[in-house]
Amino acid sequence: MSNSKVVRIAAGQGFWGDWLEAPVRQVKGGKIDYLMLDYLAEVTMSILQKQRSRDPAMGYARDFVSQMERILPAIAEHGIRVVSNAGGVNPRACAQAVRAAADRLGLGDRIRIGLVIGDDLMDRLDPLIAAGETFASMDTGRPLSDVRASVRSANAYLGMAPVVEALARGANIVITGRVTDTGLTLGPLVHEFGWSTGNWDLMAAGTIAGHIIECGAQSSGGNLLKDWRSVPRLEDVGFPLVEVKADGSFVVTKHPGTGGVVNVASVTEQLVYEMGNPTNYITPDCVADFTSIRLRPAGKNRVEVSGITGSPRTGMLKASIAWFYGYKAVGTLVYSWPDALDKAKAADRILRKRLKILGLEFEQVLTEFVGVDATHGRLGGTPSPELAEVMLRVGVRARDRAPVERFTREIAPLVLTGPPSVTGFAGGRPQVEEVVAYWPALLARETVESSVRVELV
Amino acid sequence: MPGVQLQLRFLAHARSGDKGDSANVGLIALEPAYYPVLVKQVTRARVARHFKGMVTGVERYVLPNLNALNFLLHGALDGGGTLSLKTDAQGKVFSTALLRMEIEVPRALAARARKAAQ
Repeated sequence: MSNSKVVRIAAGQGFWGDWLEAPVRQVKGGKIDYLMLDYLAEVTMSILQKQRSRDPAMGYARDFVSQMERILPAIAEHGIRVVSNAGGVNPRACAQAVRAAADRLGLGDRIRIGLVIGDDLMDRLDPLIAAGETFASMDTGRPLSDVRASVRSANAYLGMAPVVEALARGANIVITGRVTDTGLTLGPLVHEFGWSTGNWDLMAAGTIAGHIIECGAQSSGGNLLKDWRSVPRLEDVGFPLVEVKADGSFVVTKHPGTGGVVNVASVTEQLVYEMGNPTNYITPDCVADFTSIRLRPAGKNRVEVSGITGSPRTGMLKASIAWFYGYKAVGTLVYSWPDALDKAKAADRILRKRLKILGLEFEQVLTEFVGVDATHGRLGGTPSPELAEVMLRVGVRARDRAPVERFTREIAPLVLTGPPSVTGFAGGRPQVEEVVAYWPALLARETVESSVRVELV
Repeated sequence: MPGVQLQLRFLAHARSGDKGDSANVGLIALEPAYYPVLVKQVTRARVARHFKGMVTGVERYVLPNLNALNFLLHGALDGGGTLSLKTDAQGKVFSTALLRMEIEVPRALAARARKAAQ
């Protein structure tokens, strides 16, 4: 009996800013047990941190709250559970906002929110550094003390364990901070099947199930290169879901009647996305081997995944630390036929000379000619002299704000003081952007896990 | 029997993403029959030559189970992440730049692959 149990986990967001309709479509379009919503990327954490520094009640993905408001009645009615890292750098405020929404809808007694805290290392950095932790950069080996004053946020990547605990304590909505994308899918599976967390093959299977759906429709026809013209009805794309069995095998599919496609090609493209060494895919929960994955077509829009193996988790957890680096800005202008590229090149030379005459110093000035070399560099080949238009795109970066600010005032003047046939400047001056850089570091697992807690809200 | 030059776009599809300042390109055979040709011809050295001046180093991994190769292209993103000034700061379309590469394949296979692409 228990061997025939299937757990259905559906992805509703692949990043903060993904299609707002997806969660409600996943909840109403067919049977699911869990809705998994992944909002976080490195850059997202620093944006959320900036929002929290301006308002202590902010710092989470606010989209999540409005989306939950739309689906809370259906979730309560169908007994669907939600697992999300929407909490960002302020999961408590996020949980309170969802709690308030549930109470407003009169569903207060049917919603139990599990709040996961303890991934935030910001208040612990100084004591940990004082105790000898260096947070050496995985890229450069430098100690974090070199940039300590500039650190904006610091979070450890947590695995599935606190998600499992929250579900075991009866939560039907689990809200976390920096839990790994894959842990959001593995957690419900460990809870439902009672998998031993030392069974590395099962941990790897649940992790890879999570990897396949964590980028939303990118495994169900979105951004699919193979036969892209024949992907049906992307305007109505069905986000992916996995139907998982107790032995760790699963089927990737989507709700009936939706657009997009789930086939071996769509799943394979997602599997290789952002891949490093495929035999050594490290997460907090296991090390998964992508060379063990077997894919088999299992009917229309169904791909069976099996055979996955894994090996023991490591003793370390990764921390994602964001630190203030400097400023950048990007300016663009469009030059038209005839001789579009030559005009854009002349404008670039004039601009660079003016920046030099002004004595502005930059760490880097990068010129791209969009339509010619922006994405493929010299591999794009020699463009036709008949090109209808070329976009000149110049980016600058500096540690100080002043030169970048001055650069933003040098683009528009080229319209009346540079080469002819220029347009595309209606958007106004380029914006000066803050650059927040990343400092990946490894920490002993115990250092982090001793502070992780689950609360019911 | 002499072969002919054929662009990888006729033999493979691909997706790429970023890992810090490195881009990854997963190269997937369009047909299982093409995979051995990719393994033999799309070598680390050959890919390094294709991207000469654009990357600082290349690693290659094989995934026979997926008829795929994975390439890590180091130093490809001009600093990567938030530092990079590039349009493609996250290496999203490095995949298609690899598909421009030409390799030598048997004439019959080239004819078949071109026909399938029509």
